Amino acid sequence: MKLLVAVKRVVDYNVKIRVKSDGSDVELANVKMGINPFCEIAVEQGVRLREAGLASELVVVTLGPAAASEQLRHALALGADRALHYVTSDSGSTPGTSDERLDPLTVARALQVVCEREQPDLVLLGKQSIDSDNNQVGQMLAALCDWPLATFASAIEWAGDELLVTREVDGGLETLGMALPAVVTVDLRLNEPRFASLPNIMKAKRKPLETEPFAALGISPLAQNRQLGVMAPPVRSGGARVGSVDELIDKLKHEAKVLP
Amino acid sequence: MSILIIAQQAKGPLAVSTAQLVGAAKALQGDIHLLLLGDQITQAATEAARLQGVTRVRLAELGCNWCDGLDKPLAALAQDYHYVLMAASSTAKDLLPRMAARLGMEMLSEVIAIEGKDSFLRPIYAGNAIARVQSSAPIKLMTLRASSFPTAVMGEVSAPVEALPSLTIATRTRLVSRQAVVSSRPELGSARVVVSGGRALGSKAQFALIEALADKLGGAVGASRAAVDAGFVGNDLQVGQTGKVVAPELYIAVGISGAIQHLAGMKESKVIVAINKDGEAPIFQIADYGLVGDLFTLLPELTAKL
Repeated sequence: MKLLVAVKRVVDYNVKIRVKSDGSDVELANVKMGINPFCEIAVEQGVRLREAGLASELVVVTLGPAAASEQLRHALALGADRALHYVTSDSGSTPGTSDERLDPLTVARALQVVCEREQPDLVLLGKQSIDSDNNQVGQMLAALCDWPLATFASAIEWAGDELLVTREVDGGLETLGMALPAVVTVDLRLNEPRFASLPNIMKAKRKPLETEPFAALGISPLAQNRQLGVMAPPVRSGGARVGSVDELIDKLKHEAKVLP
Repeated sequence: MSILIIAQQAKGPLAVSTAQLVGAAKALQGDIHLLLLGDQITQAATEAARLQGVTRVRLAELGCNWCDGLDKPLAALAQDYHYVLMAASSTAKDLLPRMAARLGMEMLSEVIAIEGKDSFLRPIYAGNAIARVQSSAPIKLMTLRASSFPTAVMGEVSAPVEALPSLTIATRTRLVSRQAVVSSRPELGSARVVVSGGRALGSKAQFALIEALADKLGGAVGASRAAVDAGFVGNDLQVGQTGKVVAPELYIAVGISGAIQHLAGMKESKVIVAINKDGEAPIFQIADYGLVGDLFTLLPELTAKL
């Protein structure tokens, strides 16, 4: 089977982000960027299916600014065969943000075009990106392609003629079986991504990475959702300490009044 | 303006999140229709009909518990409405984006406030920023964090209840198995008190200390990702960006350092208590009451004295 994995460049998950003083957006200048952790798990799963001899080719794709090629090289170093980069315009002042705001539906429509061109049997995506926290693209892509979908995958196996995907759902787990082509979005517990070794990082530089402008996909954003501004969440006035269990119980009963 | 709330419902009383969604929908000032989907839902339907603000209850009994392939018929149904709301459960997160794509609409995830007919607030970057988003979509599809909204109360008047003609569901997946986690404690998402444990509990057996305190308080049990990954509890109890988002009256975090991914799931709690031996742990910065010390002595003492 042929695999397509979509990856996104996002603010590194360890960065404590700040809201810009003018409230227009989150401060992204001089902030460490990286591959979205869920996308990294999707790439790792693709590499494992490839290593198990179940996949003939693993293609990674991103839609993003020129700098997002770093994330594609990272995916190539992990074991992907080939990369596709649909480059969005970048204002330059704020690396990582795009003048073409790519909402999830636009991304899904663009990926649908990529699927028509590449004809993958399985598309793997992260369940959500840790910047916009939408959790929508994989589901939308499945609906647009009219393919079966499994979200929040914590185990994936190929059982001869169907894909078995175990999903993390509220209240437990469920396993779905489906025919290919299909879309699967991955959850944290699916696997532990490997580190890219130095030789593989060097090799990745010679692997094919095609770039094309985003506009070449022929998708124009609908722009139905407009971000009017961003604010910092309300600050909690925490930090108080108590000296003993008795004092804690007393405070919870008489000060906070959350205990009878 | 007409509003459709889609609620997943199993037999028994109406889910709390459904009443919270009705509370949220009132801010949109329109006819509120409630669609209950699931198995053996007559009791819930009777209760739903009495929620103040609901003008119509529609029922769809499903042969399956909850099926893949529902997005198509529900997208067709959604075309009669201006808003389609669901509580941000794993089902909604799976279903609503598919409906939105079929309708050609951009949607909004995890809305925490409704500011007007087209202006909404939602957290981004693991709750470290709040975005104000204006939607011009002709049908606004949204998942809502139910616990951020007031619960609609039940009145004396009942709205009409009607069964939908059976939905044609073309499923493309086969349900192989389902492993449900059975619990006698209140549901994590709607509990008044949540007691959560982290890696510092050390083992599955010692996690019983958390359960004992939760049971004493009539609360739900939660966990950090570290505790889940260590195998102390199932991942359905995970609180955080990648697990459940809770906002109880009292949240007690025991042996949890307070990574931003965990804080994203609980920092809207009214009162936060942290018990940790590391006085420098980030959890203390947001805790209303912090107690520094060994949880293996403090936790049994607290449980005993309550």
